Amino acid sequence: MLSRVANSLFWLGRYLERAENYSRFIDVNLNLSIDLPTGLEEQWDPLISATGDREYFLELYGEKFNRENAIHFLAFDERNQNAIISAVQKARENARIVRENIPRETWEVLNELHFYLKKKHQREVWKKEDGGACYKEIKNQLQLLNGISYGTLPRTQGWFFTKIGQYLERADKTSRILDVKYHYLLPSVEDVGSPLDFLHWTALLKSVSGFNAYRRMFGKIDPANIVQYLVLNRYFPRSIFFCLVEAERCLHEISQEPKGFSNPAEKAIGNLRADLEYADVNDLFGFGLHEYLDQLQIRLNRISDAIDDQYFKIQPNFSPEFQKQS
Amino acid sequence: MFDASGSCRNAYLEFQNNLNRTSLRKLDQLQHSTYRAQMSMGMTFNVYHDNKGIEKILPLDLFPRIIEHKEWSIIETGLKQRIEALNLFIDDLYHQQKILKDKVIPKEIIASSSGFLPECKNLNPPRGVWCHITGSDIVRDRDGKFYVLEDNLRCPSGVSYLLENREIIKQAFPRLFTGLGVRPVSEYPGMLLNMLQSLSRKENPTVVLLTPGIYNSAYFEHSYLAQQMGIELVTGQDLMVKDRRVFMQSTQGLLPVDVIYRRIDDTFLDPVTFNPQSMLGVPGIFEAYRSGNVAIANAPGTGVADDKAVYAYVPRIIEYYLDQKPVIENVTTYLCNEEDDLKYVLENIASLVVKETNAAGGYGMLIGPKASQSEHEKFRHLVKKNPRNYIAQPTLSLSTVPTLTEKGIAPRHVDLRPYILYGSSLDVLPGALTRVALVEGSLVVNSSQGGGSKDTWVLFE
Repeated sequence: MLSRVANSLFWLGRYLERAENYSRFIDVNLNLSIDLPTGLEEQWDPLISATGDREYFLELYGEKFNRENAIHFLAFDERNQNAIISAVQKARENARIVRENIPRETWEVLNELHFYLKKKHQREVWKKEDGGACYKEIKNQLQLLNGISYGTLPRTQGWFFTKIGQYLERADKTSRILDVKYHYLLPSVEDVGSPLDFLHWTALLKSVSGFNAYRRMFGKIDPANIVQYLVLNRYFPRSIFFCLVEAERCLHEISQEPKGFSNPAEKAIGNLRADLEYADVNDLFGFGLHEYLDQLQIRLNRISDAIDDQYFKIQPNFSPEFQKQS
Repeated sequence: MFDASGSCRNAYLEFQNNLNRTSLRKLDQLQHSTYRAQMSMGMTFNVYHDNKGIEKILPLDLFPRIIEHKEWSIIETGLKQRIEALNLFIDDLYHQQKILKDKVIPKEIIASSSGFLPECKNLNPPRGVWCHITGSDIVRDRDGKFYVLEDNLRCPSGVSYLLENREIIKQAFPRLFTGLGVRPVSEYPGMLLNMLQSLSRKENPTVVLLTPGIYNSAYFEHSYLAQQMGIELVTGQDLMVKDRRVFMQSTQGLLPVDVIYRRIDDTFLDPVTFNPQSMLGVPGIFEAYRSGNVAIANAPGTGVADDKAVYAYVPRIIEYYLDQKPVIENVTTYLCNEEDDLKYVLENIASLVVKETNAAGGYGMLIGPKASQSEHEKFRHLVKKNPRNYIAQPTLSLSTVPTLTEKGIAPRHVDLRPYILYGSSLDVLPGALTRVALVEGSLVVNSSQGGGSKDTWVLFE
């Protein structure tokens, strides 16, 4: 597969996953705000922090973390490179570059989603009382895209590169939302077990589509179990460990090297995966959850860079060396 | 749709019946879903000199244009004849230049053509074929006869619209489509791939499509064709020349390339041989081509036969190489570098269409009857200054076809672009891109200037 194409597919996977996470975050937070007891303010600040773009938000909107600003920033503000509308735009650009490598339906759904967002942007849906349905729709369309590729794409390099992008992005987003939410929620220890506390922890689980499965596995809401579930769980497909296992598997499918590692990218991801595989939740707390997640995000970025070095770099064909040989 | 006497052409009778049974409201709905289908497919092109929103769609009119078998066989025979002759002409120009020595065409015409590449002298492309893919523009005048207006032998575009239009329009009129017996066009990508593969001696050659990139106006077509043929779509930066062989940079390292269907102009192909400014091309690729290690379609240098001044000589070219009369005639053409013609053009500019010889896409053109006095004056001046750069033709009364407009069904002027492939055989795709001037009374069908397209139904015998 062309290096340029592999690169675009990797980013296609990343941007689509990013947009899906954001739309779910917004959807869940909107629902949460309906359930909040009267008199309590909606909390959008933690969500903005979870995206890692809090500084930029402050620059654009000041301290006004209200619903309208927050949703505009996360979904429709084209100045924000990570907003849903930007992520979908970039996913579409990448899809256009590699159109001959993706199913026709993928292109069509993505293209329509792009126009849908443009239309909602024009109608300033973030200002509307009943604008919530839109984020569900966006999420559904993104899940449809997942379904189309799952059911039609051959499991060759293109698929694996897209999946690596998707899993690395997902691991990153899970770690961020956990990090932020955990620290917002923890000070309310005296509220543990209160209805409000329950609402917030539930919202965190719903933000990663993991509430029902968590219930079946652990029953009651317990912060330590939730951390275990979101970071180390082997079965939940949005846990960080699960994402790493899958991304590592994809890398080995690409290199056709079934064991150990054959390049720096595989080494980096294998190391991180092994650390998580042999950690328990007390190790995380012992290290400090925030510090642990911080380190983890840095290592995820290194993995991404190593993949770039290994597979996506294109040598300039304008170098004199090649001109001489021609 | 109607002939000169005003009676409905046979092919359209059934269509007319069908139309009479359908309400305008229903037609509007169908037209709208046509638009929606185009948008979601992303059938967009980019317009040069247009800053707002770089993506536009080529409007597709709901009504198909219908061509009967009898008419089509004239077009088919005529085009095969024309392409065969033009190919012999190109090959001769880059070898012995017999046609110049026999003074059938003045030397100066070729010497001054920007499409003639001295670097291509004595090259022998596989099978002696230079123009692998051609899209000729054909018009029908008041007299009902077809004429060739232009030969596009460089990188003719539009075939993807032809193929996608068919997918959309046959769904709008499924019964009519089946009832009339329309020849399929869906085999085109297969024909194209076979033709390209035939250019290599290898058993299973690697074919790639070379595009300038996503900002090119025809990018949709490039990715569409690559997808349909199942080949890699590459940009210049993906390719690399080593030891006079072309490779693409892949996740598994360098992979050899055997055939390149290039959609970039000759002089942008190789910054070493041609335009050193080109960032689109691949350094050393021409040398690889010259060494016979890679085939390029269309062959570099083909553009010389696409020069509008050369066009005027095509009937003589056909007679010279094939000893035949042209099946499809040329439109009368005045060459401004010939004294008598120049005089005629300057005197009659108000009734003529004046074209730049090396321009395309409807740019650099004057339509005398539609232009103002000052524009006439401007072109008189331009022509006098550089006669070799201009030709003129009488303003044709292009035939019209019913078209759905905002004010209901109305006639609009059309032309016709069939596609011809030349590899181990010479084939004309039984279908064409009909371009339509959507503006009332307009004769310019170019997509860049308010034109749209129609599906073209060529009927079985």
